[in-house]
Amino acid sequence: MNSLPPGLQACLLLSALLFAIGLAGALTRRNAILVLIGIELMLNAANINFIAFWHYGPAPSQITGIMFAIFSISVAAAEAAVGLAIILPAYRHSRTTDLDKMNSLKG
Amino acid sequence: MTWIVRNLWLIPALPVFAAGISALLPQRSRRPAAGLAIGSMGVSFLLALFAFANALRTPGHQTFNFSWFQFGDQPLQLGWILDPLTAVMLVMVTFVGLLIFIYSTGYMEHDENFTRFFCFLALFAGAMLGVVVANSLLLLFMCWEIVGLTSYLLIGFWFQNPRAAAAAKKAFITTRIGDLGFLIGMVWLYAQTHTLLFYANGSGALEQSALAHMVTQTTLYGLTVSSAIGLLIFCGAAGKSGQVPLHVWLPDAMEGPTPVSALIHAATMVAAGVFLIARIYPLMNANSAAVITPTIALQVVTWIGAITALFGATVAVAQWDIKRILAYSTVSQLGYMMIGLGAGGPAVGMFHLITHAFFKALLFLGAGSVIHGCGGEQDIRRMGGLRRYMPVTFATYTAGMLALSGFPLVFSGFWSKDAILHAAHNWSISQAPFYMATLGALLTAFYMTRQVCYVFFGTLRLPSHGPVGHAEPHSEDTQHHGAGHPHESPAVMTAPLAILALCAILLGLIGTPAWPWFQSFLEGHPVVAEHEPELLAVMVTSSIIALLGILLGYLIYGRQPATRADAADPLGSREPHTFRLLHNAWYIDAFYAATFVRLTRWLGYLADFVDRFIFNGLVQIVSFGVLAIAWLDSFFDKYIVNFGFDTGWRSISLTGRALAVLQGGRVQAYLRYIGLALVALVIFLLWGVAR
Repeated sequence: MNSLPPGLQACLLLSALLFAIGLAGALTRRNAILVLIGIELMLNAANINFIAFWHYGPAPSQITGIMFAIFSISVAAAEAAVGLAIILPAYRHSRTTDLDKMNSLKG
Repeated sequence: MTWIVRNLWLIPALPVFAAGISALLPQRSRRPAAGLAIGSMGVSFLLALFAFANALRTPGHQTFNFSWFQFGDQPLQLGWILDPLTAVMLVMVTFVGLLIFIYSTGYMEHDENFTRFFCFLALFAGAMLGVVVANSLLLLFMCWEIVGLTSYLLIGFWFQNPRAAAAAKKAFITTRIGDLGFLIGMVWLYAQTHTLLFYANGSGALEQSALAHMVTQTTLYGLTVSSAIGLLIFCGAAGKSGQVPLHVWLPDAMEGPTPVSALIHAATMVAAGVFLIARIYPLMNANSAAVITPTIALQVVTWIGAITALFGATVAVAQWDIKRILAYSTVSQLGYMMIGLGAGGPAVGMFHLITHAFFKALLFLGAGSVIHGCGGEQDIRRMGGLRRYMPVTFATYTAGMLALSGFPLVFSGFWSKDAILHAAHNWSISQAPFYMATLGALLTAFYMTRQVCYVFFGTLRLPSHGPVGHAEPHSEDTQHHGAGHPHESPAVMTAPLAILALCAILLGLIGTPAWPWFQSFLEGHPVVAEHEPELLAVMVTSSIIALLGILLGYLIYGRQPATRADAADPLGSREPHTFRLLHNAWYIDAFYAATFVRLTRWLGYLADFVDRFIFNGLVQIVSFGVLAIAWLDSFFDKYIVNFGFDTGWRSISLTGRALAVLQGGRVQAYLRYIGLALVALVIFLLWGVAR
C-alpha cells in the first residue's frame, strides 16, 4: 500500500466508497429503481478504477484505459435498459415497486 | 366271423343311446322319449332274433374280444360272446322288454315324469343286455352295477314318497353287499388265471386249462379254489336274485311303478343272478377227474335255493298287497331256479327262468291293469268280482296263475317246474330240497288261487269314493273313476297281456321230455329223450300237488268269497299267530333293523362325532394358527414398518420446510447470499494464496 502514489490511493478509496454505497443501496432499498441506481453506482465505481489505473499507470498517452471505461459505460447503459425492461412489466403486473412485495416465487 | 357276432354290441348299445338322448329331452317331449325307447328295443329285438338264428346254425361259443387298455405289460381285454345261453336270454329280454315298454305308454300316461321313466327304462334294458352279451367278467360286472343303479332309480321313481325312497336305498345297499362278494371273487379269479374273459380260444377263465389249474388248488376246509370263487360270485347272484338272506329288498321294491316291477323284479334283473350262475357254471362245476359228487359251490346253491323257495312260498300265503304276493312269489321262484341250476345244470335252471319271465311279467302287468282299473287300489281285500268288469285281464291273469301254479300239461310252468323237481329228486346229496320244493309248489298253487279268488271272484268291495290307504301315489285315475267303478284297461295295456299269455302256454312245448329241444340247444349236444318210469312218477306227483293246491285254495277262499273289506282271512282267523309270523316275513326285516341297521346307524353317529369334533377341531386349530400369524403380521406392518416410514418422511418434510425458508422470494435476500458467498470465496482464495 505504501508504494502507491497518493493520488491513486485517493481515487481507489473514492471508488471503493462508491462501490460500497452502491452495494448497500442494491441490497437494502425497497424500491426497484433505487436498486438499479445502486447497480449503476457500482458500475461507475468500477469505471473510476479503470480511469485511475490508466492515469497513474505505465502508458497514460495510449487510449486503452479510456476505451475500457467507454465500453463499460455502454454496457452499463445496455444493462440499465434491460433492468428497466424487467422492472416496467413487473410494475404493471404487481402495481407496486416495492421489491419485498414481489415474492410470489417464495418456496 | 359273421356280421352279427362282430356287431353284437349294438344290441345293448341302442337302448343306451336312446336313454342318452332321452336324458337330454325336455319333460314335455313324451312321444320322442317313448318312441326312442320302443324303437331301439324293437331294433334290438330284431338283432336278437338274427343272433338267435345264427346261434342255431353255429354251435359253440363265438366270441369277439378286444383290448381295452394296457395294464402294465398285460392288456385288459373285453369282449362279447354269442352262444346258445346268450341267444335265448337276448330274445327273452328284448321281447319281454318290448312288450313292457309298450304297456308302459298306457300305464304311465298320466304321470308327469313320463320322459324320465322311459329314459331309465331304456338305460336298464341296455345294461341288462350288456350283462347278457358280456364275455368278460369285468364288463359283466360294470353292466351289473348299471342294472343295480337303474333299479334304484326306477324303484325310487316317485321319490317324493318316503317309502319309495327308502325302498330304493334298501335295494341298492342290499345288492351292494352281495356285490362285495362278487368283486372279491372277480379279483381272485383274475389272480388265479390272469384273465377275466370267459372264452378266448383256450386262454379264457372258463376254459379247460384255467379250470384245471384252479381245481387242483385248495383253500379253507379243503374247498377247491374254483368252488370258492364260484361261491363268492354266487354272493352277488344271491343279492341280485333275492335269495335268503339278501331277499329283503324285493318285496319293498314294489313301491316302484308296476311296469318296473314286471320288467326288473320279475323277468329280467332278478334273473341276472341266475343267468350269472349259468354263465359261470363251468367254474362252479369244475371237479378234479376222480371226484363225482357235486362241488361244494353247487351244493350251497341248491340248499339256498331250496330254503328260498320254501320261504317265499310260505310268506306269500299271508300277504294282502297284490304286488307283494307276486314279489314273494318271485323270491320263491328264484329259489326254484337255483335248485334247478345246482341240481340239474344250466339248462334246467334257464328253462324255468325263461318261462317264469313270461308268466311273471304277465302276472305283474295284469296286476298293474287291475290297479289301474281300480283307481290305484292295491289291497286285495278291497277288490273282488273283477272278472265281470275286466274280462281280458281276468283271462290272461288266470293263464299266468295256472302257469305259475304248474297246472299240468297245458302251461309252460308245469314243464319247467317238473324239470326242476326231477333234477332235485335225482340229486345225490339229499332228498330234502325235493321235499321242500314240492311243499313250495303246493303253497304256490294255494296262494295264487287265494289271490285270484280275492281279486276276481266274489263281490266288489271297492270303496265308492276313491282309493283308501295303500294307493300308489301320483295316481291319476281318480279323475276318470268318479263312480268307483272298475273298468277294463286300454288296448295298449291288454294286448301285451294277451301276447304274454300265449307265450306262457306255448313255451312249454320246447322243453317237454318228449322233445327236449331247449336242453339240447343249451348244452350243445342232442339230449336223448328219457322215458324212465321215475320221470312219469315225478310228473304225476307235481300234477297232483298243483291240483291239490288249487283245490285247497278254492275250498277255503273260493266257495265263500269275502264280502266285506275288513273281514279277516279264513286261515288267519284260525291260526292268528302263524298268520302274523308269515305276514311279517318271519320277522327277518325286523331282525335286520334291530341288528345291522342299528349297528350301522350307530357307526354313522360315531363317524359324525369324529368328523365334527376331531377332524373339524384340527381344522379349526390350524385355521386359528393361520389367523394368529396373520394378526402378528398386520401388527408388525401397522406399527413397526409404518413407524419407520413415518419417521423417514417426517424428517424429510422438516428438512424441506427448513430449507424452504431460504426461498423467500425476495430478490434482495438472494443478492445478499451471493454477496456473502463471494466474500467467503475471496477470503478462502486469499487465505490459500497466503499459505
